[in-house]
Amino acid sequence: MSKMKKVRHCRRLLSKTDAIGVKIKRNRATVVLYVAALLFITTSFTTPVEKAKLFIHIEHYAGMQPLQMDTVYYKNELGQTFTVSRFRYYLSNIKLKKTDGTEVNLPGYFLVDEADPESKSITLSHVPEGNYHALSFTIGVDSLHNCSGAQSGALDPVNGMFWTWNTGYIFMKMEGHADASTSPGHIFEYHIGGYMAPNNCIRKAELDFGKKGLTIYDNKDNGIAIKADVLQLLKTPTTIDFSRLSSVTDFHNATIIADNYADMFTINADE
Amino acid sequence: MSLRGNKITAAQKGFLHPLGFNRRRFVYIFFFVCSLYFCFSSFTETNPYFVITVKDLEFTNPLGFPQPVYDFKNNKVTPEGFVLGRKLFYDPILSKDSSVSCAFCHQRIAAFAHIDHTLSHGINGSIGNRNVPPLQNLIWQQTFMWDGGINHLELQPLAPITNGREMAESLKGVLAKLQNNKAYEADFKSAFNDTLITSEKLLKALAQFTGMMISSNSKYDRYVKGEEDFSLHELNGLQLFRSHCINCHKEPLFTDNTFRNIGLKPDTALRDSGRIKITGIADDYMKFKVPGLRNVEMTYPYMHDGRFRTLQQVLAHYANGKFFTNYDKSIEKNIGLTAQEQADIIAFLKTLTDQQFLHDRRFADPNFR
Repeated sequence: MSKMKKVRHCRRLLSKTDAIGVKIKRNRATVVLYVAALLFITTSFTTPVEKAKLFIHIEHYAGMQPLQMDTVYYKNELGQTFTVSRFRYYLSNIKLKKTDGTEVNLPGYFLVDEADPESKSITLSHVPEGNYHALSFTIGVDSLHNCSGAQSGALDPVNGMFWTWNTGYIFMKMEGHADASTSPGHIFEYHIGGYMAPNNCIRKAELDFGKKGLTIYDNKDNGIAIKADVLQLLKTPTTIDFSRLSSVTDFHNATIIADNYADMFTINADE
Repeated sequence: MSLRGNKITAAQKGFLHPLGFNRRRFVYIFFFVCSLYFCFSSFTETNPYFVITVKDLEFTNPLGFPQPVYDFKNNKVTPEGFVLGRKLFYDPILSKDSSVSCAFCHQRIAAFAHIDHTLSHGINGSIGNRNVPPLQNLIWQQTFMWDGGINHLELQPLAPITNGREMAESLKGVLAKLQNNKAYEADFKSAFNDTLITSEKLLKALAQFTGMMISSNSKYDRYVKGEEDFSLHELNGLQLFRSHCINCHKEPLFTDNTFRNIGLKPDTALRDSGRIKITGIADDYMKFKVPGLRNVEMTYPYMHDGRFRTLQQVLAHYANGKFFTNYDKSIEKNIGLTAQEQADIIAFLKTLTDQQFLHDRRFADPNFR
């Protein structure tokens, strides 16, 4: 047994001497690292102020009331009562416009879902300082990204906003119950998508900030609130009658709903 | 005799190992470890037939082929990614009840079409509504499916996976099953350097495997390169083909990637209206994709609904001229092809069979080893 101990002791000794050799080398390396870190810190102090962030808060409404899922009955233009059980859509290609006509592109694809509070707050970073008069964005996904194969993030097909049998994203899903509906279970479902003519459902919205415009300051969190009104989706230009149009799940009648949702967004001036 | 009893002395047992081994125990353990090693190695030893190396995946555009539509630059093919794609392709885990794999319908010996089934089959014995198309030269295809509904190679697998009459599974369901599978975790890690299994990686791995299915070494190809001669029948067939069929079945892929109505009477049970279902354009009623004809000898039955069992029946359809309304006028020149001419065209079509592709070890089922 004592023999074993001796062997272990010898090994420890060996490893110690070995470790010292390494240590010296490491010390040199750490010095180099410190110098590099110092250089990095000093240079980062000299970089200009941080670009501004813009938070877009999206609020879902049914007319004047905040939208509530399943429990509250709303009325469409024809006085037909309905509830909403699902409301989700894609926003992309967000741009801020200046009065001189220049535009700032704020890239990103966002899936906004009434059931997911976090999705209703969009954060855009690196927004240049300045005064802007309007905000524009795409409702849906541009044709390029409908033809780009497997994608991740908001555009991951696993999000359930994708047609597998006829490639393309579902830009907007609104589902609910309406007594007037003739679909089984009196449900209504509008799944709107399609990027090719003549059934292109990509729509653009442009929202004006009014006289004062929107001023973005660096080093500051800037926010705006946007209202999306589900009642608007059911009217102008076409008044939706649940008894006649309760199911849109492919290109049939899709552009009718798309034309309707083009104008459902407004700037919420109260905030 | 137990070693636990402390009555046993070193003198009784002879040498006593400091860690508690005696000689007999050592021999036992030695044999146990050896047997374990042999069992384990026989399971893990990979048959060289299934090993994929970087060299196996080298891609050069075949002579005379156009530039591929699918760009591997955005999905670099690696042995690990390809092997993962192959494993997924042959694994029924992709279907709802883990009974049906991609290969269930796409048989290698039929150029990944399905011999003898007129329509695709799926889980619970369900029957689909279209004939299984072959999988070959997919990277030159702009659209997929008989109606061209899918616009990208990577997105194609989503259709059969989610179709209720095929694999009937949800994308979420597939991902959950893969994420709970330790072996797949390791496979995805080696293919994408990340253990997180996402739909993007799943689809890209499958695209690496199916995208490499390239058929470009048929007798026809060797004839074009001047390496092999055609028989008189085949030569006559080629000339007839070039004067009668080439308008739609363009060389070298034997399709012009368009959709056409060839005067097939709609099936009243299937009520398949073709391309109109995708575009909504009235003119697209009963239009289906012009299929590429490579390996056509092995991809029977034919047409979107598998209505013709033999190439003779296909040629007879064109030659008889009994076309249903609104057909593509370019098929009229086939009316009156004689029996001999039809036979010669078929002789030519059989030169499109690519034995190298049909028996390519890279695409073989890795579960048979």
